[in-house]
Amino acid sequence: MGLLSRKDSKLLLDPLADNNPITIQVLGICSALAITAQLKAAIVMAISVTAVVAIGNVVISLMRNIIPPKIRIIVQLVVVAVLVILVDLILKAYSYQLSKTLSVFVGLIITNCIIMGRFEAFALANGPWRSFLDGIGNGAGYGLILVIVGFFRELLGSGTLLGFKVLGDPIAKTGLYALGYENNGFMLLSPMALIVVGIIIWVQRSRNRALIEDH
Amino acid sequence: MMENRTEKNSYTILFAIGMVLIVGALLAYASETLKPKITENKRMEIQQNILYAMGVNDNEEGSVNFIPTSEVGSMFSKYIKKQLVIQGDTATEDDNAYLIDLKKEEAKAADPNYTRKLPLFIGEKDGQTYYIIPMRGKGLWDAIWGYMAIDKDFIVDGVFFDHKGETPGLGANINQRFFMDDFKGEKIMEDGAFTGISVVKGNNDPTNEDKDDHEIDALAGATITSNGVTAMIKKDVDMYIPFLKKLNNK
Repeated sequence: MGLLSRKDSKLLLDPLADNNPITIQVLGICSALAITAQLKAAIVMAISVTAVVAIGNVVISLMRNIIPPKIRIIVQLVVVAVLVILVDLILKAYSYQLSKTLSVFVGLIITNCIIMGRFEAFALANGPWRSFLDGIGNGAGYGLILVIVGFFRELLGSGTLLGFKVLGDPIAKTGLYALGYENNGFMLLSPMALIVVGIIIWVQRSRNRALIEDH
Repeated sequence: MMENRTEKNSYTILFAIGMVLIVGALLAYASETLKPKITENKRMEIQQNILYAMGVNDNEEGSVNFIPTSEVGSMFSKYIKKQLVIQGDTATEDDNAYLIDLKKEEAKAADPNYTRKLPLFIGEKDGQTYYIIPMRGKGLWDAIWGYMAIDKDFIVDGVFFDHKGETPGLGANINQRFFMDDFKGEKIMEDGAFTGISVVKGNNDPTNEDKDDHEIDALAGATITSNGVTAMIKKDVDMYIPFLKKLNNK
């Protein structure tokens, strides 16, 4: 990465694996459970959160010297809420179909712990450029896990990927279903998302033992 | 120096007031400037949904495609011959009947002195007349709504459902083709009495071959949304039956 210094690229790449917001920082689990029944929803959510956390990080970072410490959490909340409402309004006016798909997530974005977590832990103490990179990195790290979970839940739960019937038609019994395969309806329920996230955490920690906490 | 200043109570209060003023003004400005466009989008969406129910759409294999927004206005006036507002025993024509807010009407109807306004759309396609009935009900998380197009014999020609916030992959599937298409051909009456259409689990008819059972196969993992659709049809379509019967006898 010639464009970025070593330290900056670390900001961008660390959250993808060794400092992943979901599997290591354990932030944003709630939305990871709620919207990963379909791959498309997971991708849309990943992009939305990345945009909001990156822009929000920059705004908070620019304001970091004038925010009164006593009400900083409220200020952070206001910044996220304003950003999300503005995006929602603009989408409703100029891209109505997309805004309908996204409307479910708007509330979830505001309450996403990753956003508040990064504002508090990073943007309040760092400059705008580094905060921006941190936002993109954490958004992408969150999105990566979401997409992995969404992939398995939609594939095993509905037998589709992005709505395409990749395993054949379960009603007409074609493709894999002709061999007696059945969709696992349990995959569509939230607890399975938690189990899939758990498996990801397990795989990740067994490959990189340094991540295992001492107790 | 800086730290001291931001710690002060007076600064905190001033900052909070300033922030609220700026944010309030910004959001109010954005909302007001974008409002006409948003209202227009919503209006076109209603027209698209009504037309969709009576089979005027750009559907291809498996996906839901509405008439494009650039054409929806002219198509709406072409296919929808009459818009009625039924209030008690009287029906008046009103070209803006499609803008009636069912939620508000339902709330007003709680007052016994108020006779609820029921919008009804009469469409014509290939020489056939269709009655399109708007519906509104409750899903698992939030509102669900839709339109049902029936012909003179009370056989469903098509439906359209949508929702505000049902679970993606489960209840949210009420606006998918595989669910909505099942309603085509179902009857809502049995021997002159209203039965509605029930969305039920395990009726051993997943491809919906049986069109006389008033039943549609439910959505897996979305029992409450499915029940919500059943209840919505029972509650809202029923209100139109006396009027439709009268219309048929004329």
